[in-house]
Amino acid sequence: MTTKIPMAAKNESLIEVDDRLIDLRNRPLAALLAWLIPGAGHFYQRRHAKGTMYLVCILSLWIIGFSIGGFHVVYASRFAGDHRWHYYLQAGAGLVALPAIIQTRHINKFTSPKTGVTSEDYDPLWWGFMSPPHRPVAEEKTDEVSAWYARHGAGYEMGTWYTMIAGLLNILVIYDAYAGPLGIPISGRKRPDDAPESQEKSKS
Amino acid sequence: MLSISPTYLLYYVPLLVAISLVYGATRHEDMRLVLRHAVYTAYWITAFMGVIFLIIWVMGVLV
Repeated sequence: MTTKIPMAAKNESLIEVDDRLIDLRNRPLAALLAWLIPGAGHFYQRRHAKGTMYLVCILSLWIIGFSIGGFHVVYASRFAGDHRWHYYLQAGAGLVALPAIIQTRHINKFTSPKTGVTSEDYDPLWWGFMSPPHRPVAEEKTDEVSAWYARHGAGYEMGTWYTMIAGLLNILVIYDAYAGPLGIPISGRKRPDDAPESQEKSKS
Repeated sequence: MLSISPTYLLYYVPLLVAISLVYGATRHEDMRLVLRHAVYTAYWITAFMGVIFLIIWVMGVLV
């Protein structure tokens, strides 16, 4: 009979799931790696099959969304009239979303805080990869965002949703890297097949 | 019946596959159980969206 070890407590890195022992190793590091690159935390923990699955699923969603949105769906902006809240979720995907922050800092240097207008000599980095739209952005006016919508149609909306969902899914992956699968009990909740002997062994 | 082209439903497929697989993988470690859970999740998501679709369609017919 295998000994059931409860879910990782504060200092435990060894857990048992589906009758196999998993060494979570350095859990905070695994979680950080999982955020930076989907699945990297699992490769670090030598859980290669799951790492590969996460990497392929999440990055596929990201790439599909990014491309059907015309490469404009991921950008960071907190400017008036263009608070890109979607980016908070897209950032969950890690390194693939970080260029947007660099682009935002760059455009802010060329945007007047008083008028909210981007100057004519603004030239985005990396051929405009993940760069915010030229300011101002206003719903009732023709601006660069409306041009993106006109050019890509439903693809712009769907691309945004794809990348947001990719970021959200990676949050689950980060948890899996930090604490193992969700299937095992979170608290001291007893399962019907937990024998008293195994609980005593896990306490000691 | 649909006001948009059925081709738009193709957007649903990659989402369904990715969400089901990732969710299943966060519940299990054994790949067979992961795939089984993923199929189960995909079934439930599709059934739920089908029900919502029917409700909205009926509402559209009645209004």
